[in-house]
Amino acid sequence: MTPSNLLSVNNLSLGVTRAKHPATTIVKDVSFGVDRGERFGIVGESGSGKSLTLRAIAGLLPQGIDVFGGEINYEGRDLLRVTPNERRALMGPEIAMVFQEPMTALNPVMRVGEQIAEGPRRHLGLSRKKADALAIEMMAKTGIPDPAKRSRAYPHELSGGLRQRIMIAMALSCQPKLLLCDEPTTALDVTVQHQVLRLLENLCDDFGAALVFVTHDLAVVNQTCETLAVMYAGHIVETGWVKDVFRDPRHPYTRGLLDSAPDFDQPNRPLRPIPGFPPNLAERPAGCSFAPRCAQVQAGCLDSSPTLMPVTANRTAACFETRTMFEGMPA
Amino acid sequence: MFHRLSFIPGRLLRALPVILGVTIVVFLMVHLLPGDPAIAILGDKGTPQRIAALREQLGLNQPLWLQYATFLGRLLQGNFGTSLVNNRPVAELVFQAVPVTLTLLLFALILSLLISIPLAAIAATRPNGGRDLGVRAFTLLGQGMPQFWVGIMLILLVSVELRLFPVGGYGMTDAEHLYYLFLPALTLAISMAPTIIRSLRASTIASLGSDYVATARSKGSAGSALFRQHVLRNAAIPTISVIGVNLGYLVGGSIVIERVFAIPGLGSLMLTGIFARDFPTIQAVALVVALFVIIIGILTDVLYTLLDPRVNFSKEARA
Ligand SMILES: Nc1ncnc2c1ncn2[C@@H]1O[C@H](COP(=O)(O)OP(=O)(O)OP(=O)(O)O)[C@@H](O)[C@H]1O
Ligand SMILES: [Mg+2]
Repeated sequence: MTPSNLLSVNNLSLGVTRAKHPATTIVKDVSFGVDRGERFGIVGESGSGKSLTLRAIAGLLPQGIDVFGGEINYEGRDLLRVTPNERRALMGPEIAMVFQEPMTALNPVMRVGEQIAEGPRRHLGLSRKKADALAIEMMAKTGIPDPAKRSRAYPHELSGGLRQRIMIAMALSCQPKLLLCDEPTTALDVTVQHQVLRLLENLCDDFGAALVFVTHDLAVVNQTCETLAVMYAGHIVETGWVKDVFRDPRHPYTRGLLDSAPDFDQPNRPLRPIPGFPPNLAERPAGCSFAPRCAQVQAGCLDSSPTLMPVTANRTAACFETRTMFEGMPA
Repeated sequence: MFHRLSFIPGRLLRALPVILGVTIVVFLMVHLLPGDPAIAILGDKGTPQRIAALREQLGLNQPLWLQYATFLGRLLQGNFGTSLVNNRPVAELVFQAVPVTLTLLLFALILSLLISIPLAAIAATRPNGGRDLGVRAFTLLGQGMPQFWVGIMLILLVSVELRLFPVGGYGMTDAEHLYYLFLPALTLAISMAPTIIRSLRASTIASLGSDYVATARSKGSAGSALFRQHVLRNAAIPTISVIGVNLGYLVGGSIVIERVFAIPGLGSLMLTGIFARDFPTIQAVALVVALFVIIIGILTDVLYTLLDPRVNFSKEARA
């Protein structure tokens, strides 16, 4: 991938420190970049650290999780080193976030219109009246029928799909350049999921916002994103264009993920789940984290951990096996 | 919104049997005394003439149901009988005392909220941090100290030593009333605050860790705006019922505290009545206190409904 001029995450490490316990690294040396208007996906199993990575970018790490190192450069500024006030000023007009659970991510005792209007009032300095009008306009843009009436509803009065549309309207209300989505459709049923994904794509195009889209669902990445990173046990193991990675995965874990997911083009292909379980992060193996589950494991894989290396143009993978293959190939 | 409050008339209607039950208990208070109530009431002052006169006044010569019917009939007319001590209508005594006690309770409630909300917020921002431990020590202390003792200590410290507030009494003007009621209200507030703080601290911690607060932060909300708009209202909801229950106890506690601070409220009336065996007065106060508790229960549900749009006590919601 070309050097990114919107967001570039460099060697980000996150973990927990508790008194009298050794520090546990949960996300380790994660690096990736996102260009203006790019749609970037992060895929991986549950617990691989996708949400924490996203929350670190948004400055919303849960209590108990610390940044161990690295940089998060947003338009040249390291978000880990700006003051809390500068950071807050960015949240809304520059960076916005949509969460996984539309059921719990909205304030249950506040009217949804007011929740959408909150950001514009704070950041754009709109009057209550203008912000309310903007909220209704945003609701209309997200395809909510009868937005003026719905803006006076409380979250529990709306369906999951509508609530997620509210979240999207809220996230885009200050026209951010970067939209972070943490499994925004996982809690929705399949038809609604499809509509919401389409909506996200279209709105990001309209607003010119780049998208970082976290999911465990490969089909969703395939539909929504242009580029992706595959995460395993807190590492990025492969990055590249979605088309390329899906056609020709270079990391055994990516291959395993693709083989274990149903494919609508080949409905009769047998599903092959990846054997074993992800490692306990507190006792990470010395070598490659995936080695204990890997079909192509070699002696060297258990001793040292491979780093992310370019395999072809715009592709990187963290696997010794791939690297030998690549080095063996004619340039 | 308004139809969610349509449960109120039904709730009032269902309170009627409870109130009726209370009147029966209050009525029977006199008759549960061993032996002849008139003799028991008059004690060693009971000459045969006086006993006969009192029996006549209390209607003790009539069958029990008729006595109750008469009692209830009088109550409905606002007639609580005549004080056996000073021959004044009990209704008048109660009428004078109710606003005093109500003011005291309201004052205590406000003070306890003024104490509890900031302390709970401070404690919840960093659970198990130094300030949290301090707040928790205060709640333990507050719960361990008996109310009357807190009252006496406050009198000794603030009134006698520092001479900031009067030792007791109620004053003449409205401003004086508040001035005189400050220490007793503070005493009640100190005893009620620990329970509120503990509930509010727990729900504030839950709220601060919730998804909707993360969403609010993702909109750039922080500090006191975040606390007011997103945390407090959600955290207050579970605390409302805790406060409702505790107000009931507070009504009981105010009886002792009024005595300690010589405040002419329901509590003082009740205690004077008990010492003088002035049964009509005792009955009237017991009835009014029971009414207080019932009304507080209904107000709690109303507040709950106003604060939490998901709550619906009305019939359609239950069906
Ligand atoms: N507040 C926390 N304290 C301690 N550990 C945490 C905390 N939050 C997450 N973790 C741990 O960090 C790891 C990564 O969590 P994360 O939520 O980023 O996973 P994820 O990839 O988003 O998974 P999912 O698909 O289930 O959402 C998990 O193993 C989890 O147990
Ligand atoms: Mg997650």
